[in-house]
Amino acid sequence: MSDVLALPDYTEMDPAVAARFVRLKQRPVVLEVDRVGKTYASAKGPTTALADVSFQVHRREFITVIGASGCGKSTLIRMLAGLEPYTAGSIALDGKPVSGPGPERGMVFQGYTLFPWLTVTRNVMFGLRMAGMGDDEARSQAQQWIELVGLARFADAYPHQLSGGMKQRVAIARALANRPRILLMDEPFGALDAQTRSQMQSYLLQIWENVNITVLFITHDLDEAILLADRIVVLGAPTPGIPHGHLMEIIDVPVPHPRSAEQLLSPRFLATRRRIEELIHGGHAQSTSDKLPMIKMTQAGDEVV
Amino acid sequence: MTVGVPATPWFAVRRELAPRQRAVLALIAVLLPLAVWSAVSYVPWIWHPMMMVERGAEDSYLKPGTLVEHGAFVRENQRLVSAGQVPATGVPANPVFLPAPHLVAIALYQAFVTPPRLRGDPWLHQSLWQSIQVIFWGFTLSALVGVPLGVLCGTFAAIARVVEPFVDFIRYMPAPAFGALMVAILGINDAPKIAVIFIGTFFQMVLVVANTTRQLDRALLEAAQTLGARNRQLVTSVILPGIMPNLYSDMRVLLGWAWTYLIVAELIGATSGISYFINRQGKLLNFANVYAGIAIIGMIGLVTDQILSALGRALFPWQNQPVGAVTRWALAIIGFVPRVVLRTVARNRAEYQRSQAELLARHRAAAAPSAPHVERPETPP
Ligand SMILES: Nc1ncnc2c1ncn2[C@@H]1O[C@H](COP(=O)(O)OP(=O)(O)OP(=O)(O)O)[C@@H](O)[C@H]1O
Ligand SMILES: [Mg+2]
Repeated sequence: MSDVLALPDYTEMDPAVAARFVRLKQRPVVLEVDRVGKTYASAKGPTTALADVSFQVHRREFITVIGASGCGKSTLIRMLAGLEPYTAGSIALDGKPVSGPGPERGMVFQGYTLFPWLTVTRNVMFGLRMAGMGDDEARSQAQQWIELVGLARFADAYPHQLSGGMKQRVAIARALANRPRILLMDEPFGALDAQTRSQMQSYLLQIWENVNITVLFITHDLDEAILLADRIVVLGAPTPGIPHGHLMEIIDVPVPHPRSAEQLLSPRFLATRRRIEELIHGGHAQSTSDKLPMIKMTQAGDEVV
Repeated sequence: MTVGVPATPWFAVRRELAPRQRAVLALIAVLLPLAVWSAVSYVPWIWHPMMMVERGAEDSYLKPGTLVEHGAFVRENQRLVSAGQVPATGVPANPVFLPAPHLVAIALYQAFVTPPRLRGDPWLHQSLWQSIQVIFWGFTLSALVGVPLGVLCGTFAAIARVVEPFVDFIRYMPAPAFGALMVAILGINDAPKIAVIFIGTFFQMVLVVANTTRQLDRALLEAAQTLGARNRQLVTSVILPGIMPNLYSDMRVLLGWAWTYLIVAELIGATSGISYFINRQGKLLNFANVYAGIAIIGMIGLVTDQILSALGRALFPWQNQPVGAVTRWALAIIGFVPRVVLRTVARNRAEYQRSQAELLARHRAAAAPSAPHVERPETPP
């Protein structure tokens, strides 16, 4: 489809965008990932899920990580969060090695992980209370974050009274309330319908523009990856040549800011999209395994195509 | 019911019924067994395998008021007739171990108002109260140790590996088997009975609670960790509140077990409590009274469980369970007493704090002016 259009090269960008990248890369490095790898010890011996992944995240940067299913995206972000130990390389936040979960690396999960026994306000207060802040102070700060995600009306509701999108907004507020150095998000909108999802993307962009926050966001949705990101880390699934998840390319997104859904069809956007498609679903081997080994299970004459 | 909403089907998998349906079913649940019992008791051609002799016969064991098997009654009468004597008459009856509902009801009433035969013997309500105390202490002690231990086992593998094999081993030993041992150690009064209930519930409780603890969604713990919760905070702020509703229903189930151990426990040492009553009436063949005793236990159990269930729904509002009108009324009544107490406590505490503050202020005024030592730490916005 996109072959039909004459698209610019995805590495070309407007001077203003290029200048922005120069400035961005001069900012201090918040997260340093250096040749990180993970080998699981399974019953059939050790299996390497991910190896040799290196990248840096600068302050206030929005990084998305994209890759086919099973390439190790969740493994990577869980290692960054400290929920999973890494077996090779190093991860450092502000120069200090990561050795376990901590409040300076907030996380929003794909599943809903709000505490069902706490109201929205109390959920958002959770991290502040854990850090020893008094109840009143924590409450007033939590209220600000709840207003920021537009849920003031539901401050006293319990999670089971909220829709999926609202739950994820609370989860974002809850993570932000801790003022983390970096916000890690593992396919946070994966379970939402398309419309809610694009609304959530716009919320997230607004929050990122207005709050001092660095974001690392995992997705398998191409449009989402491009729309949100300054830079995109593309991970590759295991291939016969490289039998584990691996880093393919880090793409500087040439689409100018501020971002909005209208840019989804702009030439630069489409060029980037085509590049990622090439990387992930690239010509090799993949197309042959696309066909399922199907047995015909319909009656003759009942064909649909 | 609003127009357009289809009525809830009676058999829908895992769906709550409409309040009307629930009320109807609750009524059936009570009336159906009663109806069956009444039918068997009052309808002469249902069951009734015995004959109650009305007019006796001479030279025979068929005396007025005796209860004999139907076959034996017929044979004896045939013998009497062939011997040229007047046969006995009788009405069909049920065996002595199945008294009619009204007899049990009368016995229930009588049991409470009849003074004990010997002076110093307890009245029925006193026996009951004693039973309740034994249950209460046995179960409370068991929960005080068992719940924390179970939570620790479910939280820390290191503790589970040490505790659980031992607990699992003892769990299979029947609690009553410890009775003689407990009497030898603790004497013949309430202590060994409490101990048997403790043994009967404690070991199960540790395993059940540990299992409930393990079932808490791991993702909640991970989320809490990324929010800065540490080991102890994870236990107090995530695990405990997270498992509370399930823990609560575990306790309800285990409390039922405690009652089943009660009967055995009370026969240990000096027989006492409601078991003493049941046992004694059984020996005297007053089966109506035996049923009355059993019914009392059942009713106490049912009422306690209903109260606990209603209380559970009020305690855990995030569980989103429907609270019926009856339950709300019951709660309002139950809640009234503690509310008065709590309000009084709160008022007293407020007064106390005010007086303390005044005292402190006066103290400060008396001392040389100095910087206040309580200061909120500044937090950057
Ligand atoms: N606990 C585990 N033990 C063994 N192997 C694991 C474990 N967790 C993940 N893996 C393997 O690691 C690889 C990467 O898994 P991961 O969940 O990180 O993929 P993903 O990119 O997040 O996929 P998806 O997009 O479907 O969520 C998979 O091949 C998986 O089988
Ligand atoms: Mg994943």
